[in-house]
Amino acid sequence: MYERIREKLGILADAAKYDVSCSSSGSNRKNENKGIGNAEGTGICHTYTEDGRCVSLLKILLTNHCIYDCAFCVSRRSNDIKRAAFTVEEVVELTMNFYRRNYIEGLFLSSGIFKDADYTMERLVRIVKNLRHEERFNGYIHLKTIPGASDELLHEAGMYADRMSINLEMPTETGLKLLAPEKSHAEVKKPLKYIQNNIIRFESEKALIKSVPKFVPAGQSTQIVVGATPESDKEILYTAHSFYQNFSLKRVYYSGYIPISYDARLPAIGSQPPLIRENRLYQADWLMRFYGFKVQEILNDFHPNLEADVDPKLSWALRNLDQFPVDINTADYYMILRVPGIGVSSALKIVQARKFGRLYQYHLRQLGIAFGKARHFIRYADSPVQLREYEAGHIKGLILSESKSKYKKNPLNQLSLF
Amino acid sequence: MELYIFDGSLEGLLTTVFECYRRKSPAIKLVTEAFHVPDVFDPGYRVISDRAKGKRVWKGLCKKLGKEWQFRFYNAFLSEQPETYQHLLNLARYVIDHPSGACENFAHPDVLAVSQTAQKVHREKHRMEAFIRFQKTGDGIYYAHIEPDFDVLPLLPEHFQNRYADQRWIIYDLKRKYGLYYDLEKTEEIELDTAPQMSIVNTLPSGLLDEKEELYTLLWQDYFKSTNIQARKNTRLHVRHVPRRYWKYLSEKQG
Ligand code: SF4
Repeated sequence: MYERIREKLGILADAAKYDVSCSSSGSNRKNENKGIGNAEGTGICHTYTEDGRCVSLLKILLTNHCIYDCAFCVSRRSNDIKRAAFTVEEVVELTMNFYRRNYIEGLFLSSGIFKDADYTMERLVRIVKNLRHEERFNGYIHLKTIPGASDELLHEAGMYADRMSINLEMPTETGLKLLAPEKSHAEVKKPLKYIQNNIIRFESEKALIKSVPKFVPAGQSTQIVVGATPESDKEILYTAHSFYQNFSLKRVYYSGYIPISYDARLPAIGSQPPLIRENRLYQADWLMRFYGFKVQEILNDFHPNLEADVDPKLSWALRNLDQFPVDINTADYYMILRVPGIGVSSALKIVQARKFGRLYQYHLRQLGIAFGKARHFIRYADSPVQLREYEAGHIKGLILSESKSKYKKNPLNQLSLF
Repeated sequence: MELYIFDGSLEGLLTTVFECYRRKSPAIKLVTEAFHVPDVFDPGYRVISDRAKGKRVWKGLCKKLGKEWQFRFYNAFLSEQPETYQHLLNLARYVIDHPSGACENFAHPDVLAVSQTAQKVHREKHRMEAFIRFQKTGDGIYYAHIEPDFDVLPLLPEHFQNRYADQRWIIYDLKRKYGLYYDLEKTEEIELDTAPQMSIVNTLPSGLLDEKEELYTLLWQDYFKSTNIQARKNTRLHVRHVPRRYWKYLSEKQG
């Protein structure tokens, strides 16, 4: 008797997994009605898949039936696969029972488009409304925006969801047209703008009247598929940058394309997904968002692609050796942050600790910086006298030879963030 | 170096701070009774835990420590590690002897050691919040047991009580033989007479479980398998996120 629901979950979780976003952070929903759940702070990863990705949400499609035929998507109309659809009640029950057992932080609900956009969106809204009202569920809900859905439905969805997202899929319009002629970036921008404007409106009303309800408190995000079409990293990162700017996105996700089709326009099944590239893009994204780098500093016409062998921060430093060495004991916080091997938390500790006295090498090591990497770019109380200036290639060689073993041990060269 | 012996309680630790000022001991080696090996030549000084003295010291510390450092102090204490007690004692004295703000000196060995240990405890608390898997029992209570490295149970009520406000739950520490029970109103410490054994499979005997429990365990295992992308498999990264010693908590790893 369990078989039917098990089969559905198998199909609809499998089809949903290519959306890499699994964040449950950024909301501020409290459990104030003595109901169940809350969605505050940074969210929790309840487990990790074998590929090391965080699992915090029940990520499923309502259905994998779809009237469209996007070449990069497993659910495309022309693909010969098993199809299934959940009922509204089934999704509600699964979510509640997983949540009560502390398996998940909430629900990430997406769907193939069956019949038309509004018909699909209406079902999605019915599920989240039921969760919020009937079940008094205050956990995290990430809802996919269906392109082409009416403003009324988007508005209603925004009253219940913590985050909404709609995927750009391909980094440029040309790339998208190549693989999904029926789609366009314009139809992604329209709902993004509508929801952004509403978020702003609700926030300004909230400043006046406390009881204004929440509207998409965790903001919007999007996903760009990497490696399905031939765009450069520069094109990808500039697109991401402009979407951060124009639509106040909370996150842009980069998803290395996993070959799922024999379509000649796409990388063949069995070819390796571009995981290093994906990782480098995330690193570059962090530099933009948390390290005060301008996108033009990271990539430009002279340097249109991120390197595989060094991370983008080290790469920037090597291209800008005139800005180094940085004196740990006197330099500005933002400059310390730019040193390869020093992250946000150790940079903060450094500026705090140096108020109590000059910092020596052993302090820096204790504070947890990657000293082997950083030492080429810094001066500290007992730094050795340096007789000659090293050039970039030499430093890169030194750093790479010291960290080689680490790189080698990594299967497929999958790296962690910094 | 004078030898002090205390009972391992927070009260005892704070009383120790009080005593070393009263007795004007310049340098102290601190051990717990459990780790103390009697020495005929050095009987040591036995600290008698005292509520009032402990409170006075804590109040004094709070004046100089911000909220964050008070929390760190308590977190580090819960690590139950012998060398941490020593660091906490030194830290308390360092803070008392210096103007407020001294704690921001991360280059100081005790400051650094306490903050690092506090971080470890905090991390484990966080892991418990993530990896605890409740099982619904026949009488509607959501039950989970754990065996944490550190004594993190006192840090858990806030999170679980806020989140699972409308269901009764128990989280039981099998190692330290006590648990938390939330009865829809408040969370209390409890001791079970017959605590189940922690097995590889973190599970209660099926006779005690709700009839749907098996289904949801299965569905969760299915979900875990379906959401994986084989082409991206990276076991090293996986193990870094979920160290093997926590796998026993995770029903999805048993299927
Ligand atoms: S519309 Fe969405 S679900 Fe349908 S084929 Fe395109 S990407 Fe896939």
